[in-house]
Amino acid sequence: MAFKQVTSPHAHSAQSTSKVMQLVIWATVPGILALTWQFGWGSLINVVIASVTALICEAIVVKMRGRSVAFYLSDYSALVTALLLALSLPPLAPWWIIVVGTVFSIVVAKQLYGGLGYNPFNPAMVGYVVLLISFPIQMTTWVAPLALLPEGISHPGLVESLQIVFGSINPVDGVTGATPLDMFKHSSGLLVDQVYEREPLFNLAMFAGAGWEWVNIAFLAGGLILLSNRIFTWHGPLGMLGALALMSVIFYDSGSSTSPGTPMMHLFSGASMFGAFFILTDPVSSAVSNRGRLIYGALIGVLVYIIRAWGNYPDAVAFAVLIANFAAPFIDNYTLPRTYGHTDRRRATEKEES
Amino acid sequence: MNKTWVTPGGVHPPENKLQSVTQGIGQLPIPETLVIPLSQHIGAAAIPCVEVGQSVLKGQVIAKPAGVVSIPMHAPTSGTVSAIEHRPIAHSSGMLAPCIEITSDGADTWIEHEGISDYEHISPTKLVEMVGNAGISGMGGAGFPSAVKLNPGRQRPIDTLIVNATECEPYITADDSAIRERAAEIVEGIKILSAILGHPHHIMIGIEDNKPEAIEALAPHIEGTGISVVVFPTKYPSGGEKQLIYILTGQELPSGKLPADIGMVCINIGTTYAIKRAIIDGEPLVSRVTTVTGDAVGIQRNYDTLIGTPVSHLLSHNKYDQQAGGRVVMGGPMMGFTLPSAEVPIVKTTNCILAPSYAEIPDDEPAQPCIRCGMCAEACPASLLPQQLFWYAQAQDHERLEAHNLFDCIECGACSYVCPSNIPLVQYYRAAKGEIRHAQDEKVKADHARERFEFHKERIEQAEREKEEKRAARREAALKAKANPPAADKTDGASGKKAEAKPSSSAADIIAAAQARAAAKQASPEDQQAKLERTIAATEQRLIVAEEKLAEAIASDSDKQAVFSAAVENTRQKLQQSKTKLAELTA
Amino acid sequence: MIELISQNPILAALVALVGLAILFGALLGFAAEKFKVEGDPIVEQLDELLPQTQCGQCGFPGCRPYAESIANGDDINKCPPGGQSTINAIANLLDVPAPELDAEHGEESEVKTVAYIREDECIGCTKCIQACPVDAILGAAKLMHTVIADECTGCDLCVEPCPVDCIDMLPVEETIADWRWSIPVQPGQPGQMIATDRRGELENQSTSGDAA
Repeated sequence: MAFKQVTSPHAHSAQSTSKVMQLVIWATVPGILALTWQFGWGSLINVVIASVTALICEAIVVKMRGRSVAFYLSDYSALVTALLLALSLPPLAPWWIIVVGTVFSIVVAKQLYGGLGYNPFNPAMVGYVVLLISFPIQMTTWVAPLALLPEGISHPGLVESLQIVFGSINPVDGVTGATPLDMFKHSSGLLVDQVYEREPLFNLAMFAGAGWEWVNIAFLAGGLILLSNRIFTWHGPLGMLGALALMSVIFYDSGSSTSPGTPMMHLFSGASMFGAFFILTDPVSSAVSNRGRLIYGALIGVLVYIIRAWGNYPDAVAFAVLIANFAAPFIDNYTLPRTYGHTDRRRATEKEES
Repeated sequence: MNKTWVTPGGVHPPENKLQSVTQGIGQLPIPETLVIPLSQHIGAAAIPCVEVGQSVLKGQVIAKPAGVVSIPMHAPTSGTVSAIEHRPIAHSSGMLAPCIEITSDGADTWIEHEGISDYEHISPTKLVEMVGNAGISGMGGAGFPSAVKLNPGRQRPIDTLIVNATECEPYITADDSAIRERAAEIVEGIKILSAILGHPHHIMIGIEDNKPEAIEALAPHIEGTGISVVVFPTKYPSGGEKQLIYILTGQELPSGKLPADIGMVCINIGTTYAIKRAIIDGEPLVSRVTTVTGDAVGIQRNYDTLIGTPVSHLLSHNKYDQQAGGRVVMGGPMMGFTLPSAEVPIVKTTNCILAPSYAEIPDDEPAQPCIRCGMCAEACPASLLPQQLFWYAQAQDHERLEAHNLFDCIECGACSYVCPSNIPLVQYYRAAKGEIRHAQDEKVKADHARERFEFHKERIEQAEREKEEKRAARREAALKAKANPPAADKTDGASGKKAEAKPSSSAADIIAAAQARAAAKQASPEDQQAKLERTIAATEQRLIVAEEKLAEAIASDSDKQAVFSAAVENTRQKLQQSKTKLAELTA
Repeated sequence: MIELISQNPILAALVALVGLAILFGALLGFAAEKFKVEGDPIVEQLDELLPQTQCGQCGFPGCRPYAESIANGDDINKCPPGGQSTINAIANLLDVPAPELDAEHGEESEVKTVAYIREDECIGCTKCIQACPVDAILGAAKLMHTVIADECTGCDLCVEPCPVDCIDMLPVEETIADWRWSIPVQPGQPGQMIATDRRGELENQSTSGDAA
């Protein structure tokens, strides 16, 4: 009798990379629903266009690299990248914006670096930053949230939205509007309280910004689902949100006219929650150890606040994540965990134990 | 209740222990032939002391230990030695190793043996010797010779004796069922150990909370003995020696140290039973409890199995269905290794034969890329970063691997178990460890070769120098002889000439040579210069010859080219050396 | 004096520059003394990396002369026993791109060999003893010779001089003790993805990948 030769361990848990990716996709559902509810059909259309583009790109590149297309598409990673990019793009953005961004994300930021597991930068954020720098007008035109639409105007319907996206009609006036972060960027000279009083975006909201707070709560909920399923550890998100909260408390300046905004607004508007739970938790491009991820998250939180408060762009998650991606190997070098039986942590580049 | 500590990481694979533990320990008929590998333990292989055709009794020594870290082997049953040759053994390589085959006579006749009951009055040294003579090696894991572990000649006294009854691997119930049925003898064995170790302060039996029957069985026997049973939550791999030490004492075993270095001895509970049998009953280790389990066998239970029983014997008696499963594992599903064939014998460390069905353990799926999700790092009991180790193992970056403490990996398989990309991580680590060790060995060998080469060169040069000096001395002597012919020539008659001349000239030679040597040592610059010039002339000559040879070799396209070109180069260098020396001298 | 300097910008610049030069020079000198690195000379380091078979296949009489030659700018791909791994290590040390092994000097052999003397054929001529660079052959004139297998580097320099051709280079057999695990083979996995993306290997990869 001859038997099959296999290396140990023989037992394996039921977890698989494609299941992890699928769970991430499911966890964005609350966010997609909130976006659709507050900003209309635009985000859903983004998701569909990005997903189709991503799958086609991935298939073509994998084929060109002479690999099994079915094997690589079935890990769902291209879909996750597409989804994350689509959700960070403004609703009702022209279709070619989405296509260009997705192609760049998948082909350049992911596959040219070697595909899943080898990309040093978060592909979705690379795509986003390329778009933001290349097409600033389209990228900063956001749809106004539900509560802020003028009397008698509603978000365009599905057909109308598709027509807007594919460029055959222009959106009605009043459908687009500023985001809370924009608002603070351009409200110099006013006290925080005055801004809150004057702007319906804030006085119609519960605590952060009309519409935006719901989107952030939804992404927070999705993130907590992933956290409870142990898809990632709490270190990265907590590091980022903690640092962001700390920075916004320190520089709140008790609501003076130069204040960059309240802590609640920073935590619950823009891409804060989306970034904390869906972007910086991308394991491939982040730091590896738990301590490293805490520092990595905190770095992103600090950078997000710095760019929001004193930089040129109203939101900053994409830039902050990319800068932190650069720093990840450096962080890794100094954050090795202490191994059992050793008294000290080592450094990754250390040759002899000290 | 003793306090316990919690190790980081760990996994909870399905336990699958119930199916094999319910029926108690069974007995199998004695197999027709038994195969006893000479190396079943860590250390040197035993040396056979029987011959083919010799008849042996059960318990008779058939192989003697080779050195201190080694154990003897005993005949597991009575019969005749039918072969001493290489056979497949329980090793991941699937290679053959020397074994003794015994054809049983079915009588199972014991050799005369006698135990001692009042071990308290016998010196620990004697007891350890008995343990060694009984061929006992660790029965839970690697198989370290127990006598070496218990050796009293250590610097630090042992204050903690840990008995490992964790049995954290899924499926295996050998220790569990042994405790249920043999608790009294096990506790007796622990008492013997305690006596050997000079009655340590703490004696703990570490056991997971998934074995309530075993815990209950131990309870009445440990009363008033000072032995405590410490129960802790089930988690794989709590049974690893390092992990268990931490769980029970809160101390970490420093990297690269043995438990004895921190005053502890950690011993498997199956081994304590074997020690009891060895001391009280005088029986060497010839059998052990082995679990036969997995859905591909019809009967799943534990057996008191003779060492050397072929796995095929166990499988056929338990209705193994080869269609149902593809692999047969020796050990558990986490750390066990697949057997190359069913002819492999049970050895002293075999606690389980697992024949899983395809439904239980399907064939491995192809590995996907690592996404560094970190689940492996969460599962690692040693707080390593398996994803980084994997990365560097692929890149064969040995420095980084060592900086990431690769050698603290216990190969428990928890990382591979949780890996969502199905990467065979443990194999990468094993390969990387092997490669690093190999590189270190190679380095030692290379250094040794370098030393020998340098010595060789030195010696050749020395010989060359001496020859040159002799030649010079002879030449000088000849010159002298020419200049002043020996006086004897003139004074003596023609007849005595030759007879006289020879000794005198040879004597003159010797003197001249000695003078020349002395002169060379004192080394007047002129002499040195002259000598160097001669050397250069001679070397030049050699170089010409060598170059000719090389040209010849190249012309005939001989494979000696390399050799000759090396020789040319060698000569050329020597020439260069001499020339520079000369230049220095004249300058 | 100060007035003169402040009046004269060229002089001021000169004084400032000289001052800076002295300051930084002193700093550099101090740093060079304080943080002096006692490194192995490059030849030593190169010699460490070479396999020490002393076989002369590189054209030099031993590993050290070749190390010296590399230090003087010779090619680093002349060592067949070391093979690609040695070339890579040297390239890494010298920070140069790693070339492939120069086939002129021989091919990298897969298996390590040691010399073995068929002892009943040996006539005791001592020629092999003289050829052995590491003194791994025992014997005396007119007496049978034998190779100390543990000391033999497998350079095969003894094979040629033997007048009766009684020396064989036998592969070292792998035993259970020195068996090692190998890195798992993963068809279709982009482990060495950049290298295997080259055209030649493309087809194998795609077939095995599809099978996976």
